[in-house]
Amino acid sequence: MMTSNSLVYLIALPLAGSVILLLSGRRSDKWGHLLATALSASSFFVGLYQLSLMLDRSNEQRPISQKLFEWISVGTFKIDAGLLLDQLSICFVLLITGVGTLIHIYSISYMAHDPDRRRFFAFLNLFIASMLLLVLGDSYLNLYVGWEGVGLASYLLIGFWNQKPAYATASKKAFVMNRIGDMGLSFAIMIAFATMGTVSFTGVKAAAEHTSTAALTGIGIMLLVAATGKSAQFPLQAWLGDAMAGPTPVSALIHAATMVTAGVYLITRSNFIFDAAPTAQLLVVIVGAITLMFGALIGTAKDDIKKALAASTMSQIGYMILGAGLGPVGYAFAIMHLLTHGFFKAGMFLGAGSVMHGMNDEVNMRKYGALRKFMPITFVTFGLGYLAILGVPPFAGFYSKDMIIETAFNAGGIKGIILGSVTLLGAGITAFYMTRVMVLTFAGTSRWDEEAHPHESPWLMWLPMAILALGSVTSGYLLSNGDALVNWLSPLFEDHGEHEELLSPMLVSAMALTMVAIGVAFALIKYLLNEVDTEAPSKVSIFTKIARQDLMQDRFNEAVFMRPSQALTEVLVKTDEAVIDGAVRGVGRAALGSGASLRRIQSGFVRSYAMLILIGAVALVAAIWVVTQ
Amino acid sequence: MMWLTLLMVLPLVGSVVVAGLPKANEKLTKQVALATTLVVLGTTIAMAVGFERDNVELQFVEKYAWIPSFGINYALGIDGLALVLILMSTILAPVVVLAGWNESHGGRWSVKTFYILILVLETMMIGVFAATDLFLFYVIFEAMLIPVYFLIGGYGTGERSAAAVKFLIYSLFGGLLMLASIIALYVMSGAQGGHTFDLAALSNLEMSSTTQNFLFLGFFIAFAIKAPLWPLHTWLPDAAQSATPGTSVLLLGVLDKVGTFGMIRYCLSLFPEASKTFTPAILVLAVISIIYGAILAIGQRDLMRLIAFTSISHFGFITMGIFAMTSQSQSGATLYMFNHGFSTAALFLVGGWMISRRGSSTIADFGGLQRVTPVMAWMFFLAGMSSLALPGLSSFVSEFLVLVGTFTRYPVHAIIATFGIVLAALYILIPVQKALHGPTTPGNENLNDLNLREKIAIAPVIAIIVVLGFYPSPLLNVINPAASHVIAQFGFSDPVPNLDSGDK
Repeated sequence: MMTSNSLVYLIALPLAGSVILLLSGRRSDKWGHLLATALSASSFFVGLYQLSLMLDRSNEQRPISQKLFEWISVGTFKIDAGLLLDQLSICFVLLITGVGTLIHIYSISYMAHDPDRRRFFAFLNLFIASMLLLVLGDSYLNLYVGWEGVGLASYLLIGFWNQKPAYATASKKAFVMNRIGDMGLSFAIMIAFATMGTVSFTGVKAAAEHTSTAALTGIGIMLLVAATGKSAQFPLQAWLGDAMAGPTPVSALIHAATMVTAGVYLITRSNFIFDAAPTAQLLVVIVGAITLMFGALIGTAKDDIKKALAASTMSQIGYMILGAGLGPVGYAFAIMHLLTHGFFKAGMFLGAGSVMHGMNDEVNMRKYGALRKFMPITFVTFGLGYLAILGVPPFAGFYSKDMIIETAFNAGGIKGIILGSVTLLGAGITAFYMTRVMVLTFAGTSRWDEEAHPHESPWLMWLPMAILALGSVTSGYLLSNGDALVNWLSPLFEDHGEHEELLSPMLVSAMALTMVAIGVAFALIKYLLNEVDTEAPSKVSIFTKIARQDLMQDRFNEAVFMRPSQALTEVLVKTDEAVIDGAVRGVGRAALGSGASLRRIQSGFVRSYAMLILIGAVALVAAIWVVTQ
Repeated sequence: MMWLTLLMVLPLVGSVVVAGLPKANEKLTKQVALATTLVVLGTTIAMAVGFERDNVELQFVEKYAWIPSFGINYALGIDGLALVLILMSTILAPVVVLAGWNESHGGRWSVKTFYILILVLETMMIGVFAATDLFLFYVIFEAMLIPVYFLIGGYGTGERSAAAVKFLIYSLFGGLLMLASIIALYVMSGAQGGHTFDLAALSNLEMSSTTQNFLFLGFFIAFAIKAPLWPLHTWLPDAAQSATPGTSVLLLGVLDKVGTFGMIRYCLSLFPEASKTFTPAILVLAVISIIYGAILAIGQRDLMRLIAFTSISHFGFITMGIFAMTSQSQSGATLYMFNHGFSTAALFLVGGWMISRRGSSTIADFGGLQRVTPVMAWMFFLAGMSSLALPGLSSFVSEFLVLVGTFTRYPVHAIIATFGIVLAALYILIPVQKALHGPTTPGNENLNDLNLREKIAIAPVIAIIVVLGFYPSPLLNVINPAASHVIAQFGFSDPVPNLDSGDK
């Protein structure tokens, strides 16, 4: 593999930004945000430069690596601080730094009145650096550092306004649930080292052929656990909705476009594991299918615009995970959907931020309405993202989502029918809840509070939205034209044999569009033709009630995990005091004859304790003297 | 050159100087104490430069007859393990002096006495890791209790006398068991070629397996009390709650390491067969400690008790690493001892500053500190991240090495222990949320942020935590040869990856 000595700059630039901003304190309040934005942008340009170099090389020559130093070396456990840039990671590098830089620009204006804007930008840069390490690390352990690094950045940003107790709780919840996933990653690394003696990507790939299916299945399932945590997939999905407590640009960058897609990266990167472990691969598909429905159903009941979008993110990542679980054919489509989703979802989140900006931070869509007249740019950019997520041709989602639906059907047999139907149904529900968001926010009649004065956002905010909207329109076509992305990524995945085409692409598209049309129609009838209350109606079906409560995910976790654990903790604290320490006190009392003599010892005649020790020492010498006579 | 003796003499010289200073001049007393610890640190570094890291034999060896009629020698010598621990101790000493500049006020005795105790303790901390004569080791092991006892009982807070007594009696009990074992070894050595307390000579004694088991337990229980292993841990939270923060750093950071150090140096080398016999039981206790300590930490309302319970969990990791007997787990355990010293020091010191400002150690009494005292809050947060072993910080490397090394031989233990990392997130983030986040609660509005002295004191600790997270090689290069030597002596080799080509 070719080596390079400039990969480290991708990470070092934003990392330096966050260190400078955090250490310089208030001194950098004036220029900190500009520095952070510039550093994120420079990282993007380094990425573009690397892409141009990569394009000039032949397929086999494209991956490059850089060894920085020896990180950990004990016995056969040798880990270098090494970076790997290949066809897969360059996609992520450009997404992270590209969308990341746009969101930096947006935040300059969005956070302008926050007294802690510098700290916000420091965290954003920290996030970019960690996320780049996650996708550039050349071993699972290096990835782990980035993996928890983005978790830390996410925690800090969700809790950016942690003076509000609910926000502080949300950030803690995210961290803890992510740690459960991280445990999976730890296990995967341990199994890999114990069975293969290596944890580098190239090493594991080479060793996978000689490893038992049982071990590979174990590794695969544990990687899936890790992915469910970071990517908010079932059953570790419950933190994502609460994560919307963070400032909206954070929701766009971390909790929509980049960090939450890390699970998809992990599974795609580990293709050599999953391809050889069918059981684990099947579980991936199941998790993806469940989550895509789970998120979509929650999305239909949310009145908070950010939580509706968060539910949608969960659902869309479900599509990606499902795609990645479909094996060699699916990886490239999962990545394609990940990239197009990066554009349209980040764009829509920024749009939501723009709406909130104009509406005194109101997030309840029932108090929006008819905003298209007041925020035309936001309306148009959001609208383009809306068309993209629905999968309307020729917008981006059409290309990427249809490919996943098609691949799902082509899995064949009962599996293909189930998966295909789930993805189709999901597309219809997506159309319903996104149309609902669109109508409630931009169409219909105005339902705002009196003090709201909706207005368009400044250009620093709408420019990034416009650029992302452009991506929502074009990215799908560009990535799929001539199978561009599929061919680009193909050297990474081992594709054995031909794939049967059970349904023609035209038929799949037609079915998908029909579902979308039905979903849109339902939403229009319900929210455009009928009056919308400013209060959420209380006389609703049990299903709506459950959906509003995120399908009971929190209740379940609280009842099954949290309360029993709290009870156990309380019991153990009491037992420790009463039983274990009590036993020790009892022994002490018995040994010292009576409670009275213990009290005398405790009375504070410190010299007597020194005496005790002296007696001990004398006893030692005496004993030795006796036995050696 | 007699490096080790020099290291031990220097703090004593400092304490004599301190003793001769006028009682009224407290500032000068503190300055002399600080200067002494810095000189000791400088000397340690100078010594460490000359350490041959690939040489597994004891280095800087000194040996003089002390009480010839009993075969007692003043014998010192260090390997990579001891070097790392001595280095940790001598770095922590000046940090503790500087960080706890005002800790000695309001004690039972004078400021002068406080620093004499600290300096004498430093001598013993070096000696206990350097001793290679069992008698010398035992004397220092027991004598160390005296300054710590007075530091807790004389300068602590709350129920300081009771906590000090509990600490003392617990430790004496363990010490007596060890004493019995030592005497037995000595007697047997007489029958097998001459009375001696020399560690190397005693390692070659022949004894029946029953004898070995009993003698092993004498040592092991003493060490399991020192580095508290469940269920012998209950003295630690009391001591940490009552001791001054600086004392807690020395107690949990350094003295408790004598326990885990002793397991490697004495239990394994003197009683290899018994160690193997008891390994399954010890591993279970270690895993229980990891989980139990973490759960108890989650349930604590007092900040200092919480930190103490996190240490019980961490000592579980170290013990598990030692007895899992793979090169990763063994090196990881030693590195863990070093790293734990600093992450716990950071927690105790910053926690101590928070408590002395607020006048309460109850976690619920804090709130919103991030906006009142941002620097202090950040330091506490970083210390917490180190304690929960965030990748990129030093404790991650050691904790992961212990886990991955243990997994290759004892997968079930490693899997259960790994649940500790989720519990760690809880025991750190719960106090972080209660103390640092949320609205500023009454009583916290006017707290002062860290002053320059405090920043200077904590800076090296944080720097070590961060730098060793990314670049642990300098330490691992010293630790690895010693760790593999232990394993080789013990007749173990690392499990080999079971790649099988025929399975598919």
